Amino acid sequence: MATITTDDVQHVATLARLEFNEVDVEQFTHQLARILDYIGKLNELDTTDVPPTSHPLPLRNVVKEDVAKSSYDRDTVLEGAPNAEEGYFEVPKVIE
Amino acid sequence: MPLYELTAHELHEKLKAREVTAVELTQSMYDRIGAVEEQIKGYLTLTEDMALESAAAADAGFQRGDEMPPLAGIPIAIKDVICTKGVLTTCGSEILGNFVSPYDATVMTKLHQQGTVMLGKTNMDEFAMGSSTENSAYQTTRNPWNLETIPGGSSGGSSAVVAAGEAICSLGSDTGGSIRQPAALCGVVGMKPTYGRVSRFGLVAFASSLDQIGPFSKDVTDCALLLNAICGHDPMDSTSANLPVPDFTKSLINDLEGVKVGIPKEYFTAGIDPDVEESIRSAIEVLQENGAIIEEVSLPHTDYAMATYYIIAPAEASANLARYDGVRYGFRATNAEELGDMYRKTRSEGFGEEVKRRIMLGTYALSSGYYDAYYLKAQRVRTLIKSDFDNAFEKVDVVVTPTSPTAAFKIGERTADPLQMYLSDVLTTPASLAGLPGISIPCGLTQDDLPIGLQILAAPFEEEKILRAAYTFEQNTDHHRKQPNLSST
Repeated sequence: MATITTDDVQHVATLARLEFNEVDVEQFTHQLARILDYIGKLNELDTTDVPPTSHPLPLRNVVKEDVAKSSYDRDTVLEGAPNAEEGYFEVPKVIE
Repeated sequence: MPLYELTAHELHEKLKAREVTAVELTQSMYDRIGAVEEQIKGYLTLTEDMALESAAAADAGFQRGDEMPPLAGIPIAIKDVICTKGVLTTCGSEILGNFVSPYDATVMTKLHQQGTVMLGKTNMDEFAMGSSTENSAYQTTRNPWNLETIPGGSSGGSSAVVAAGEAICSLGSDTGGSIRQPAALCGVVGMKPTYGRVSRFGLVAFASSLDQIGPFSKDVTDCALLLNAICGHDPMDSTSANLPVPDFTKSLINDLEGVKVGIPKEYFTAGIDPDVEESIRSAIEVLQENGAIIEEVSLPHTDYAMATYYIIAPAEASANLARYDGVRYGFRATNAEELGDMYRKTRSEGFGEEVKRRIMLGTYALSSGYYDAYYLKAQRVRTLIKSDFDNAFEKVDVVVTPTSPTAAFKIGERTADPLQMYLSDVLTTPASLAGLPGISIPCGLTQDDLPIGLQILAAPFEEEKILRAAYTFEQNTDHHRKQPNLSST
């Protein structure tokens, strides 16, 4: 497996909506490289014919009846919002 | 004996006989909290007014002579990852520092139905990511057995308050060992039920294919009572198992005649503290003396569990934690110019270092070009780990191991090296990946007087076998009666 570079870390930070200063990027690169190096031991195993397990229970799609039910009222939902106005979540501008 | 030293089942008898009222009991718990909490730092929020109200309601029932549930009036502490209506649920994070849930988790609804008294919310590693509570944004909880050591994690607050007599019992959550490891390190009973046994509705998600709520208690009987209270199918959680729930107190049988106990040789390799190993070996002898048939078993992929876990759990976490965007609840950074900037600043300021590290690791493992090499590979190895257990449980009823390779370590000892900290969970993650139930019970002390935990695992939905083995061990030893020496301040 390829070693992780500071550019990779910057790219992943962008994907994860996180931002770091240069010192943090250096530190993360170093730490992630060490963790990934440890994780590399999985390559000792031949898993060609082994199916993946995504979940411990053999569940298929679990659906409920398609019946409308009441939920929380709008005020309750907006109570925790950092900013709300006229019944909506308020956010900084999205487009120019 | 002070009330805080009693178990729930002992207190139930006293409440029923009206030797003590639930209000008196609750007040005595807050007195105890007042006396030792400054040293322990196990709670993030105390809910005294609500607690006294619940206690008064329980008293009314006892007074009327109603048939009261076994946990009515019993003071319990709740890990701050479980949503509690009208009470802060911070997850030990600044990003949820002001979050008050508009609903109760299903486990809380079930506890309210029992008439249980919630004392407060307990400290934890941020978003349950850690093994020591040192990743809490608020405080590091101290191990009541030695205040310079960690209580384990991530449910370290929940284990420490029970060990310190600041709660009779508590709830925690276990993703890779977060109930079993702190239970071991604090000398209490902690159980992770089978994945799917307990509803995750209202449990703030870390890794959805692994997370499970479970109890901490002072003995196995209380553990069974708590399981009876919280287990069961919930239509609000699509991963909850639609299976009947047995009465777990029926498994409290003091005898192991003919029960097959497997000892996996891979759990007794380098890195196990000699005191821990000795204590586990004598625990196995106790099981044998009580009728158990001891057999060596092999779980050949044990050594790959940590690497597998540290791909799967961060990958799921990176997806689950995408919801913290500063829009609908929780913290929002104030200095952002546009939406994308607001997301980045909110998340970068609101999350702590370990959470960011795991989001980064998970995002990397799922990113284009690396998915097959990391995530898919880990899922395939997860199958191998699960098959190891399937094979073992064809031969034996339960598997017995140490819970943690060492007793509690010093505060600060492992914070500099994330990988070293991750390896604290080396003996608990395999069962998590397989979705198995597991308990940790006290089985001795090290030469430094720190508790050691015995882990007992069984096949999915076979909690009863675990409880029987744990109960038999407990009834024939006195490790669970040992208490830390805490001076009041």
